[in-house]
Amino acid sequence: MADLVSHPDEIKVVTKRFGKGAANLDRYLELDGYKAVQKAIAMTPDDAINLVKNSGLRGRGGAGFSTGMKWSFVPKQSAKPKYILCNGDESEPGTCKDRLIFEHDPHSVIEGVMIAGLAVGSKTGYIYIRGEYRYLSIIMQKAIADAYAKGFLGKNIFGSGKDFDIYWHGGAGAYEVGEESALMESLEGKRGIPRIRPPFPAVVGLWGGPTVINNAETLASVPHILLGGAEWYANLGTPKNGGTRLFCLSGHLNKPGVYELPMGYNLKRMIYEVGGGIPNGRKLKAVVPGGSSTPCLTAEEIDVNMDFDSLAKAGSMLGSGGVVVLDDTTCMVKFALRTMKFYKHESCGWCIPCREGTDWLEKTLTRFHAGGGLKKDIDNMQYLSENMLGRTFCPLGDAAAMPTIAFVKKFRKEFEAHLDGKPCPFEMEHAAVVA
Amino acid sequence: MLTHYPTKRSVLVPTLLYAQDEVGHLNDEVVAEIAGRLELTELEVRNVISYYSMLTTKARGKFAVQVCTNIACMLRGGEDLLTHCKKKLGVGHKGTTPDGLFYLEEVECIGACSWAPAVQVNYDFHENLTTEKLDKILDEYKKKGTQ
Repeated sequence: MADLVSHPDEIKVVTKRFGKGAANLDRYLELDGYKAVQKAIAMTPDDAINLVKNSGLRGRGGAGFSTGMKWSFVPKQSAKPKYILCNGDESEPGTCKDRLIFEHDPHSVIEGVMIAGLAVGSKTGYIYIRGEYRYLSIIMQKAIADAYAKGFLGKNIFGSGKDFDIYWHGGAGAYEVGEESALMESLEGKRGIPRIRPPFPAVVGLWGGPTVINNAETLASVPHILLGGAEWYANLGTPKNGGTRLFCLSGHLNKPGVYELPMGYNLKRMIYEVGGGIPNGRKLKAVVPGGSSTPCLTAEEIDVNMDFDSLAKAGSMLGSGGVVVLDDTTCMVKFALRTMKFYKHESCGWCIPCREGTDWLEKTLTRFHAGGGLKKDIDNMQYLSENMLGRTFCPLGDAAAMPTIAFVKKFRKEFEAHLDGKPCPFEMEHAAVVA
Repeated sequence: MLTHYPTKRSVLVPTLLYAQDEVGHLNDEVVAEIAGRLELTELEVRNVISYYSMLTTKARGKFAVQVCTNIACMLRGGEDLLTHCKKKLGVGHKGTTPDGLFYLEEVECIGACSWAPAVQVNYDFHENLTTEKLDKILDEYKKKGTQ
């Protein structure tokens, strides 16, 4: 079980029940549990959608799309059943937040799924949890069973005359399944090959029915918005970036951990105040601000506000909230290589630019780091990556290309320092950090 | 579980994982059994198995030691843990010890980034590790496995 941390700058919304035993249904009820869904029942579906829209809540999985907007795309009338699908296939390197939500507050996810269902007129929700998180599947299974036992799920929920069922579903190890269309394929019992869009899942999703797919943190935020109101939630963050989010601080930091901070929190302060700064008197070299797919920022670029729009302006992305901090002993070529090794491993091979691109980039980076690099490799890596962008069914190709372009552009000197058969000029002095 | 979905096939991925946990690996009999029950061809089942990194058709040790070396763990010594495991267990990536107790695998991000470096043994997370802590953990499993 992962340790919880705390910092005075935190605003605890999604994490407010963490460490309070809220996985237990009675305890959850004492902590305002299942009040939000009753409020949603008393509202019209349009009012619920507008409330979420006005709260400024944007998808916490990484893309940052307006949640209320996503819900509004679901057609009111549908011949096929509509579905709510909670994405808990958390696997973006640097991200470990949904894990804490499932562990400490599983009922908030259930409630979020129910509210989404009421808003779009769906009767069935699925909570997909990555296969490696077996202990969380067990927690979720119990939470769902407890909710059924109390009559919160099933027929005629809270006397509304409406039915709602929720099932959990386990994965079996695949990063790509975190992408929404691959997630649906996986739930349907197939290889997680992405689907081409349009049609979008809101119109044609699971088994052909309209489907809302939201990240676990997004759905866990929804009950709090229902209870606290759109204005309250929006004002916690910055304009167009409502609320708080869970930031997973990792890498070369004194106090790594998952912290809930308001949207738009300054990255520099996040590293030096919340994360406790860089250990062993070393200096910051780079930050990967939102999971391994997001372009890195150099030490000079960290005076930036952590919200979707500010990060986009800074040439990166807020992504999944995984903030990976690198000190000056890190070899950027090695870091780029490890990142690419991951994408090569996870590429499903469906789209050629991704399948071949990740393989070539990994091979080139391996040779490069070993001292066999050629000067023209540096430009070739950038050229190859740029040609992967936007040419694949799902964003895995972009996710591999975007960080690589940033590594090459921003740390070209480090790549050049590996040329002419020179051994890697950096020693990863991580042993001292661990000790 | 079949009643949870409009199609039988939907239970395939979780069913495969549960079967594997029971039997140890997805051997020919397991594949044939699941294919038959879900009205799929064996090829369709194998096609799915080969996609998911946790599913395997090969026998492996009782305790799967999965060492993460992805970025967050790499920065905090994940690679040292892997090297240490290779030496201690005397096997490489995806190798099983001769006594059948340990299987070693270098894995991608397991979602323990803020508590790196981390290792998963079967489904149990072990976090904030050093080689010394890992030694103790592996010794415990060895004791459990040989009892």
